[in-house]
Amino acid sequence: MYFELTPEDEAFKNEVRGFLAEALPEDIASKVRLGKHLGKEDHQRWQQILAKKGWYAANWPQDYGGPGWSVVQKHIFEEEAAAAGAPRLVSFGVNMVAPVIMQFGTQEQKDYYLPRILSGEDWWCQGYSEPGAGSDLAAVKTRAVREGDFYVVDGQKTWTTLGQYANKIFCLVRTDPQAKPQQGITFLLIDMDSPGVSIRPILTLDGEHEVNEVFFDSVRVPVANRVGEENKGWTCAKYLLTHERTGQAGVGISKAALAHLKQVAGREMKNGKPLIEDPLFRLRLAEVEIQLLAVEISTLRILAAVEGGGAPGAESSILKIKGSEIRQAISQLLRQALGANALPFLQDQIDPDFTGEYRYTDYAAAAASQYFNLRKLSIYGGSNEVQKNIIAKMILEL
Amino acid sequence: MDFNLTEEQQMLQDMLSRLVRDHYSFEKRMSHYASQEGYSTAFWQQLAEQGLTGVPIDEAYGGFGGGGVENMLLMKELGRGLCLEPVLASQIFAAGLLQQLGNKEQKEKILPLVASGELKLAAALTETNSHYSLQHVACRARQQGDTWFLSGQKSVVVGGASADLLLVSARTAGEQGDPEGISLFLVEPWAKGVTRNAYPCIDGPRACDLLLDEVMVGRGGVLGKPGQVFTTLQYQQERAAAAACAEALGSMEEAFTLTLDYLKTRQQFGQPIGKFQALQHRMADMRGELELATSMTLLAASLADHPPSDERSRKLAASRFIITRAARFIAEQAIQLHGGIGMTWEYALAHHAKRLVMLSHHLGDEDTHLQRFADLLKAS
Repeated sequence: MYFELTPEDEAFKNEVRGFLAEALPEDIASKVRLGKHLGKEDHQRWQQILAKKGWYAANWPQDYGGPGWSVVQKHIFEEEAAAAGAPRLVSFGVNMVAPVIMQFGTQEQKDYYLPRILSGEDWWCQGYSEPGAGSDLAAVKTRAVREGDFYVVDGQKTWTTLGQYANKIFCLVRTDPQAKPQQGITFLLIDMDSPGVSIRPILTLDGEHEVNEVFFDSVRVPVANRVGEENKGWTCAKYLLTHERTGQAGVGISKAALAHLKQVAGREMKNGKPLIEDPLFRLRLAEVEIQLLAVEISTLRILAAVEGGGAPGAESSILKIKGSEIRQAISQLLRQALGANALPFLQDQIDPDFTGEYRYTDYAAAAASQYFNLRKLSIYGGSNEVQKNIIAKMILEL
Repeated sequence: MDFNLTEEQQMLQDMLSRLVRDHYSFEKRMSHYASQEGYSTAFWQQLAEQGLTGVPIDEAYGGFGGGGVENMLLMKELGRGLCLEPVLASQIFAAGLLQQLGNKEQKEKILPLVASGELKLAAALTETNSHYSLQHVACRARQQGDTWFLSGQKSVVVGGASADLLLVSARTAGEQGDPEGISLFLVEPWAKGVTRNAYPCIDGPRACDLLLDEVMVGRGGVLGKPGQVFTTLQYQQERAAAAACAEALGSMEEAFTLTLDYLKTRQQFGQPIGKFQALQHRMADMRGELELATSMTLLAASLADHPPSDERSRKLAASRFIITRAARFIAEQAIQLHGGIGMTWEYALAHHAKRLVMLSHHLGDEDTHLQRFADLLKAS
């Protein structure tokens, strides 16, 4: 039993580090570190850099243009990228709809959509949640009625992340209202510029425009845009959700956030001494770091199991819960570290492209906003309570 | 990265698991607890016959030469059975000290008898006011020619009640609290001037208090360099703590299984209580803690025998913190989910719960380990 990487993986890690040191633009890394939201241009610039290296679609099989990495290598890349301050990839295209198209799509769909995802030509968003279907995803009501070679779609999606940048949306729609909730759902790919599609921003509590409502008013969608069979969309949805749930411990992101927190705690003063030397604050830091270590080791154990031919089971639900709690705890400590300087809410200074003089300091501007924004972690991707239901059902068989 | 057991390790685990299952039912355990010795001399004999008392001892002294992983396998299965034999106290902790500090003669004389199970050791390191700290030693040793005279007290020496030989820390220089000036002596429990008061602990094992009144120790009874043993005491305590993680993990797994079975069988309001979401979520939380505890037990096992370093100490403290916290959480939840039956003396779960909660009173509690980690926290 050993925890060290093999020499090959160690070499790979160094290669990734070298690449990141050279290729990751400092202005983007700085925005990530400071907890700012990135603009469309930032995301696209980083995607292009990765795509040029052949590392953008890290999870894709080689046949489709992926780098052919092992599970451990994918993990190393994600860890190192996060630790270096690279933005987390917007996953809707490359890591969500793409695997579904590969698994369930027609040859025409694969030939058309996958290269456009790889090149960054298409920006995808996710049409899952509805006002009446959150954690209970099978309750979707958006209707699709077949008319010849088209579906006519009516309804509303919500919490559509970065939908304002998207030209495509993948949707769960109801095609059989009589069937049991999970059996009358179909998976559709829809152009955002189709007549009848409209989008409206939702401002979140941090004042940011990250999510949207998307409305469908008699939108005509070609039947050729259906993935999988009619009324079998739930199969695609479930497949996609397992993809979404595997990387969610966010160990690399938490490591980077913890390193940033320690840096801040080294500069903020309390009783004339750096906060990091305050015994109480230090214990709080210690506790979250210990938990992060435990989640990291658990992640490695799951990776090793997958590498050995196993499937990531409902254990990933445990990691999602623990991982999100840790990220939230770190953002809480960062906010706390700033004392009253976390209060000023100067939106121009939170703006990713702000270049002026900060009221206090760069790292304080977005800290409280980010704390509030990260409440989402325990809600999305299957809320932590839903994860516990999954654990109860899948692992405990209750 | 490889978390698989070797074939040899797998065999060791199977052998232990079978032995505990076949010979250590809960009913038997309770009769061992109530016996004169407070553990099973017959089971100890069985462990010895199969070479299992020698697992942690070097091959050169008749042992199996096991490392952190073997000790983990040993303690995990014993933990599952709530076994009362002083394996951790004697074979891992005290024998580890002797292996590291003893000279050739001492090791050759004592360790083969320990490996074969004929001689049991106990490390008497803590005192009434030491609160898990190994450097708070008030017990004193005074040298006169080739002889040392030990006077003072040692408190809650786990495994000390059945030990045939004690390893006693005493101050030969410095003030109480100094890491320097601590020495380790071999003391026979029936030597003149030794008073041993034995008692059972709430979580099962026997312990004792020692009163030392001008106890004579010859030159052959000094372990290591006088005044210089503190770092070794700490190193071996960390090593024992890693093994204690495994013992707790075995017990946690058993408490978890008992609770899960109960949720599936106990009927209330016309259905198994495991159908209620409030209870399911508690159980899911327990599963989460168990997952982290498993990971950190493995980490501790892999680091236990590494050479001393801040990194090793930091990660072992982290492991102990996670396991201590998980153990208490699982114990408290398990009692709650069982309801009244979880509070009865006649049910195994209650005894697992006691062991799991009181784990934090052996070798340092949550705060001790958190503080240690914080002291070694890296600034970036």
